[in-house]
Amino acid sequence: MSARLSIVVVERDRDRAMLIVDSLREAGDHDVFVISEETGLARQISERNPDVVLVDLTSPSRDVLEELTLASSPLERPVAMFVDRSDDSLTKAAIEAGVSAYVVDGLRAQRIKPVMDAAIARFHMFQRMRNELEATKRALEERKIIDRAKGILMKARGVGEDEAYALIRKTAMDQGRKVADVAEALVTAAGMLS
Amino acid sequence: MRMDTVTAGFVALVDSAPLIIAREMGFAAEEQLNLELVRAPSWATLRDMLALGQIEAAHMLSPIPVAMALGLGGVKTRLDALSVMSVNGPVIGVSRRIEQALRDIGYRFDFHDAASAAAALNRVTNGPLRIGVPFPFSMHLELLHYWMAGLGLPDARKPEIKTVPPPMMVDAMAADEIDAFCVGEPWGSIAVETGIGALLLPGSAIWGFEPDKVLAVRHDWAEAEEDLTGRLLRAVWRAGRWLNSGGRQTTAAEILARPEYTNVAPEVIDRALTGRLVISTQGEERHVERFMEFFEGAATFPWRSQAAWIARQMALRSGLDPVSAMLQAKQVFRTDLYRHHLQDVAPDLPGASEKLEGAINRITPAASVAGKLFLMPDTFFDGQIFDPAAR
Repeated sequence: MSARLSIVVVERDRDRAMLIVDSLREAGDHDVFVISEETGLARQISERNPDVVLVDLTSPSRDVLEELTLASSPLERPVAMFVDRSDDSLTKAAIEAGVSAYVVDGLRAQRIKPVMDAAIARFHMFQRMRNELEATKRALEERKIIDRAKGILMKARGVGEDEAYALIRKTAMDQGRKVADVAEALVTAAGMLS
Repeated sequence: MRMDTVTAGFVALVDSAPLIIAREMGFAAEEQLNLELVRAPSWATLRDMLALGQIEAAHMLSPIPVAMALGLGGVKTRLDALSVMSVNGPVIGVSRRIEQALRDIGYRFDFHDAASAAAALNRVTNGPLRIGVPFPFSMHLELLHYWMAGLGLPDARKPEIKTVPPPMMVDAMAADEIDAFCVGEPWGSIAVETGIGALLLPGSAIWGFEPDKVLAVRHDWAEAEEDLTGRLLRAVWRAGRWLNSGGRQTTAAEILARPEYTNVAPEVIDRALTGRLVISTQGEERHVERFMEFFEGAATFPWRSQAAWIARQMALRSGLDPVSAMLQAKQVFRTDLYRHHLQDVAPDLPGASEKLEGAINRITPAASVAGKLFLMPDTFFDGQIFDPAAR
């Protein structure tokens, strides 16, 4: 087997694919190819005959790759799933990071490890970015709702902004609910009454 | 009250209902179980999560644990099927182009007779039919192979079977990558709803009582956690009984429709639960008895003969010895655990652990512990009978 590994990355998002490719290049001088079009995935992969296939764990396309694990003749190079539990901790780390790998049977674990470490680190980073984005979005939504609820209270009870917010917060604390939830209930109720 | 947590994975399909109902209707809580549910994006991921211990139990295609026991597919962890979670449920559908060709030769879409459907398909196609299935280890694939093998097609016309994840099935058909599919609900009905395809047959037209999904756990977990295993099994069994009692379909459809479960319109889910399927864009409706069964006729009993049937089919295709494959597979369907944990709960249990498959053509009383058990028709479309003890 040559020193260079042939790696296929299945990823639709172009920017994300580029970042993964960069991180893999840092892990060694490997031949990396990206498949972004999921139609005919099994055929595309068998044509390239890679040593390693990396795919997002949340992609339903994973099931397509399972086909490749079934070698139909002894001459074909069987693609065995890396997650064959030969290295449990590496496999667990990969799954937790959301990456899954298919590796040609017989490829030694020490050759895979740097590739996997790089991929795992990159996938973790994406996970964090995704989580942060969601948290930020949610915070923005909540602030909007609270603002509207304050406005409703200020108008209905003729109080100032601070007092309106204090009232919402007190209600939330009394009922053991989140400020945003109380605000949302108020906005919904006001919408129905008006 | 102390609750123990068990985490179970599922794929967003109507037949994940017993797990979801066990949680939502309190059957798990009744067993002091906090049943956490995790939706998996693919069958491969669900299998890996279970094999690696991220979850304790799963809604699973029945052939997956059998394939793992036979060493097919890479992952070698031993899984056990505690019970059959659902019997029947896949549908076979064709593209609008093939639907039209079939109508042109006067085919009536009876949604019942698998032999005449195959003959009609044969008349309207020249090359190999491209058929999508959800996973290489699935009853969908096994039913198709069994059905197509009966046609005696020359090699050049043997169907080309491709793996297509269910949520992508409709797109694959729209893009003319496949001519037909065999898939679990709601995806067949969604092909009809979106005007991409028409339904040709229910899976039960090929095998009348096929074990489609199982409740799977790791073998070592079932050994180490006997008490939890029993509580989980009972909760899921009671959920199946609840689903089976009349008038529950509307409630069940509403629960399954929620975004965290299937995120599909409840009226589409309702079709599979009631067995009233809309089969074409003209709105033709067909009713199928036991289209998807969660309880009746000892549906949840993991017959070892069912595991043997699956193993024999797989072994013959992959060049394994069918006799030893059947023996290995029978160990996976845990009739022993099923009996042990349900003996005080189930009104009746089968007397045997395996039976002839395909030998029952009408509702038939069966040898059972209390003498109150009836088995449902389980015939194959070609009338063959499978004997799990035959060599």
